[in-house]
Amino acid sequence: MSNVTTASTKEAKWWNGGKSPFDVEYGKVMMWYFLMSDAFTFGAFLIAYGTVRFSTNGWPNPNEVFKSYPFAGEGTNAPLVFVSIMTFILIISSVTMVLAVHAGKMMDKKGVVRNMIFTILGGIAFLSCQAWEWNHLHHEGAWWGMNPFINADGTASTTNFTNFFFTITGFHGFHVFSGVVINIIMLIMTLLNKFEQRGHYLMIEKAGLYWHFVDLVWVFVFTCFYLL
Amino acid sequence: MSDNTHEHGDPIAEIKKVTIILSALTIVELILGFWMIGITSEGMRLAVKGTIVILMLAKAFYIVAYFMHLKHELKNLIMTIVVPLALFIWFITAFLSDGNSFRNLRNTYDPHFKAQSTIKVEAKEGHHGEEGTKEAAPAKAAETEKK
Repeated sequence: MSNVTTASTKEAKWWNGGKSPFDVEYGKVMMWYFLMSDAFTFGAFLIAYGTVRFSTNGWPNPNEVFKSYPFAGEGTNAPLVFVSIMTFILIISSVTMVLAVHAGKMMDKKGVVRNMIFTILGGIAFLSCQAWEWNHLHHEGAWWGMNPFINADGTASTTNFTNFFFTITGFHGFHVFSGVVINIIMLIMTLLNKFEQRGHYLMIEKAGLYWHFVDLVWVFVFTCFYLL
Repeated sequence: MSDNTHEHGDPIAEIKKVTIILSALTIVELILGFWMIGITSEGMRLAVKGTIVILMLAKAFYIVAYFMHLKHELKNLIMTIVVPLALFIWFITAFLSDGNSFRNLRNTYDPHFKAQSTIKVEAKEGHHGEEGTKEAAPAKAAETEKK
């Protein structure tokens, strides 16, 4: 049997018609193409940010700007602490999403439900962190068009820093929000046995692709704004 | 299902492995980030930033290849995704060098721009919901200029 399968995959003529040349269903290919276009949108944002930063002499120090965390006192100086928590929340929720996809492949409804709940909770936790951070920065006087932070070299800064920060993290946060909504819909459909009736959990895989993409974008946003 | 034809090893073991790699890469990134706070040498900072970018790309690879399962798809599908994304190489090179060139040009030919970016301003203490902070910074800069 194994002989036959290896022979057929090796000599398969993927473009001769009669089968999908990508060997995945239509929806998944389209999800990949959508994510590719989204990658270009985020890429354009981040490259615009990089270009403006390269064309400016001074820039605020992220370790000065992002140095607080919830329930911390006034003079807290803890750079990178809060954002590392946010990063790990998103990585862990990505892992539970992979586990949900895997459970779906095994037709294990219980596993899908459990891991989808964890993923949704992770997404909500991330959004709450971001809401706190935006609120905190807003209280410090930062918003679109307002930048209270001076440059790292002590010179006056422009509003480019806050404009890019709020636009890009906002656009990413909106993606996280849509991801949570999609995941909740997937959870409800699982609980209603929709996928059991269809005989496959391919929808969970597509939602999973979207969720991993959100995590992927955060890898870039996190590095570009908080580390560099 | 067609998925079974390209199933490979133990998926749970692979997920665990990738989770550990991603966490390790993030921790190294954070250590470098903390370390960079104390570094003042411009060349050294650039080297650390370069390392962070490489680690970032490694993380991106692991997420796309294993979590998004792209590594185990057919080569046709991988190519249709990865080849267009190669545009980013041009995109990043062209735009960042353009930004850099614009800064150099302004520093050379625009004395006002150059002067503006060398004036020191005082950090505002306890800025809480200040109104019109946007205007505050240039006003202060102008003040120092007069002195």
